[in-house]
Amino acid sequence: MTKFEKPSAFSRRALLKGAGALVVSVGSPLGLDALLAIDKAYAQGAKPPLMPDQLSSYIAINADGTVSAFFGKMDMGHGLFVAIGQMVAEELDVPFKAVTVFMGDTATSVNQGGASGSTGIQFGGKQMRMAAAEARRVLVEMAAEKLATPADQLIVVDGVVSAAFNRDKRVSYAELIGGKYFNVQLDWNKQWGNPLYAPGKAQPKKASEYKIVGQPIKRADVAPKVFCSEDFCTDVKVPGMAHGRVIRPKVAGAVPVKVDESSIKDIPGVKVIWQKDFLGLIAEKEWDAIRAADKLKVEWSAATPTFPATADIYDHIRKAPVRKRSEEGKPSGNVDDAMRGAARVVEAEYEWPFQSHASMGPACALVEIRGDQATCWTGSQKSHFVRDGVADMLGLPPDNVRAIWAPGPGAYGRNDAGDAAMDAAVLAKATGRPVRLQYTREQGTGWDPKGPASIHRARAAIDASGNVIAYDFLSKGFSRIDVLMNESKAADTLAGHLLGAALKVNDGFGVPAEVYEFANKRTTWETIAPLLERASPLRSAHLRDPVGPQIHFASESFMDEVAHAVGADPVEFRLRHLKAPRDIAVIKAAAERHKWQTRTSPRKDQTGNTVSGRGIAYSQRNGTVCAVVAEVDVDRASGKIWARKFTVAHDCGQIINPDGLVKCIEGNVIQGISRTLWEEVTFDNKAVTSVDWLTYPILDITETPETIDVVLLNRPDAAPTGAGEPSIRPMAAAIANAIFDATGVRIRRVPFSPDRVKAALS
Amino acid sequence: MNKDFTLDVNGKQHKVNVDPDMPLLYALRDDLGLNNPHFGCGLAQCGACTVHLDGQPIRSCVTPVSDAAGRKVVTLAGLGTPEKPHPLQTAYVEEQVPQCGYCINGWIMTAAALLAEKKKPSEAEIKQALEGLKCRCGTHMGILRAVKRAATMMG
Repeated sequence: MTKFEKPSAFSRRALLKGAGALVVSVGSPLGLDALLAIDKAYAQGAKPPLMPDQLSSYIAINADGTVSAFFGKMDMGHGLFVAIGQMVAEELDVPFKAVTVFMGDTATSVNQGGASGSTGIQFGGKQMRMAAAEARRVLVEMAAEKLATPADQLIVVDGVVSAAFNRDKRVSYAELIGGKYFNVQLDWNKQWGNPLYAPGKAQPKKASEYKIVGQPIKRADVAPKVFCSEDFCTDVKVPGMAHGRVIRPKVAGAVPVKVDESSIKDIPGVKVIWQKDFLGLIAEKEWDAIRAADKLKVEWSAATPTFPATADIYDHIRKAPVRKRSEEGKPSGNVDDAMRGAARVVEAEYEWPFQSHASMGPACALVEIRGDQATCWTGSQKSHFVRDGVADMLGLPPDNVRAIWAPGPGAYGRNDAGDAAMDAAVLAKATGRPVRLQYTREQGTGWDPKGPASIHRARAAIDASGNVIAYDFLSKGFSRIDVLMNESKAADTLAGHLLGAALKVNDGFGVPAEVYEFANKRTTWETIAPLLERASPLRSAHLRDPVGPQIHFASESFMDEVAHAVGADPVEFRLRHLKAPRDIAVIKAAAERHKWQTRTSPRKDQTGNTVSGRGIAYSQRNGTVCAVVAEVDVDRASGKIWARKFTVAHDCGQIINPDGLVKCIEGNVIQGISRTLWEEVTFDNKAVTSVDWLTYPILDITETPETIDVVLLNRPDAAPTGAGEPSIRPMAAAIANAIFDATGVRIRRVPFSPDRVKAALS
Repeated sequence: MNKDFTLDVNGKQHKVNVDPDMPLLYALRDDLGLNNPHFGCGLAQCGACTVHLDGQPIRSCVTPVSDAAGRKVVTLAGLGTPEKPHPLQTAYVEEQVPQCGYCINGWIMTAAALLAEKKKPSEAEIKQALEGLKCRCGTHMGILRAVKRAATMMG
């Protein structure tokens, strides 16, 4: 029996009851007299509505004095919950171990946006910090009344409030409110998701007062993982559950026209569900579902998706009509005039392929429908939006659906988890059974929403003295929100597409996030239509640091090309054009730690087959600034790159947990190398052909760098910003610049696979 | 046609009645209710389903149940317990290796077999033994640190 078999174990009521004897009939409303007696009605037995403007929606003090923090975001493996626990414990003045963070259950938390845009601490933590500070303020006020001591003469140590000058005069949080709910209104900004903010009257602590924030506290979930006592969403089982599978066509866009159920008659207990263009099945055992999905004889409609060959995708992008164009960033001057007046213009074009989330396991979800109520267990990054999407799919009010997040098999953005939840919902509704569905590897890699392919054109105008007088940067590619960033609408999932949901056009891309000061500057993006509008395996969506790696591969490679053109050292060139102190600081920190020697690229002192080089790149991301120095070895004969050493300088403002942060950055670096050296979704005129780990290779352990040296620039008095994605952003350019330094050859198309590097060198 | 098999998993005997061609993974997960070997690819390409069969790491997603019957199967849960952990489990916790954690069966079970055979493997030998296993979160640095730490612990 797994813990998920008893959903009641997760209810707030059960949590609040805890262990002690001080529970005041939780759940049954108290009379007015009793309420008034409980310290100005700050505490109550009845549960306030689960709304963002209620303190009880974020913080509860349990009967035993422990603290429950209810978080509307979740951890994708960086230990976010540790940092949130630290922030809550810090503000409440309770031991870190007293706090348990409950994540991503729509029955216990409000929609704070899920895991999204590296905002776990930046926005989610900010809210939890303000809620915890308000909880402390209220508790101290309650204690003041109880102890007949002014609040400003009280101190809190480990959840016990006492008079500063008479420590025997004391009352614990548990005695004040344990087992009851806060009844405290917050000043909610009426926003849901990432922008949700609802402070109370309290001010949070000053950084100089921190005892818990900033400590390298370890994750408590590692031991359960290695001793196998923690369940993933793939492990959830409920009584009466069936195993589901969906069947996808071999040719994109084809739909089933004939299904021969006699082809699987020897497999027991299979039920085929064919609704419009959706085809799936359930079976009692997972192996039977797998076998049946494999054997089911299906006649598909003739389809001719207009997919070009993989290598022709960039020509397609170049020629495709622009659907939306947007100038963003901070423009200055008149770029066109400056280009016309330039002594020379440096130009380059860069190309980035479709890439797959290729999560460690394909997505999985379980949906159970009982009457007009439904529950979905999901590994999605955004369970609150899964709730909305499942409700939309089932035609239920969102309040009738509960989505429970459990760790999934990896998530780096808008992957296949949303699709899995909807497919499971369709199968559960059609069969009246709770249905668990996990995709095949082929479906996971072949049909997940993809990071968009793009081209990037950069131009720089240089005057007669070698000064850069204008910079023009244009990205053109598939929309990063062809599939929207969350699965709150059935139409944004494959099941919705197959069941005929009306499609919407969503265009978005981005521009370089840097603050180079050029007198004339323009940064623009253009999007084009998808190759196939409905049920496409090349739907484009957010993939870790949405469009960041592509854009900054181009923009930061180009900065090196311009540095080369004007005969400047790449670090010196960047510093020459920057005034922002934090941007300058990360570049200097990375260069200093790496013992960067000032000189121009490429190196000219190497002979032999293996040559080495160094390269730098930097970028911002929503307040975080990061610089990466890469050192690579290039095997000239084979074209094989070993990305050998990295120095990362990282400034995300106030650091909550340096240990978690360093490991998060290491993961970004490794995935960044992988995306740069190996990853490319391939396809032919029928379908995606990169469908497993052989056809979609990622960085192998034998290719691990020797060193990843991380320099953390802590700014305790600055607001904390994100770390989940910023350091993957400059990785490709740092590697490309290092390859140029080693070889004198500029590679402008990702991935830098051995055959491509070899061809470029010959 | 289903057949009866006796599986020896983590020292306990289990009787199952299943399709002989069914991969061991599904017997472990569905019939025995063990959650720790994970489905990653079903193609023996990633290692998320790795268990020991008579001490050797194998991919349970492609190993038929019939091949495993009568032999000793050990899963990650059988490798050690919080009270009596395998050094690799201790090292994984100490080094805080996993991110999503879905891949760890492959790394720990494969490294455990390596360390059982070779006391002090070099970095190159560790990498070679682990070649082909997948970790999408990119915990490679931590994995190598943990295997080296475990090797040191095992003397």
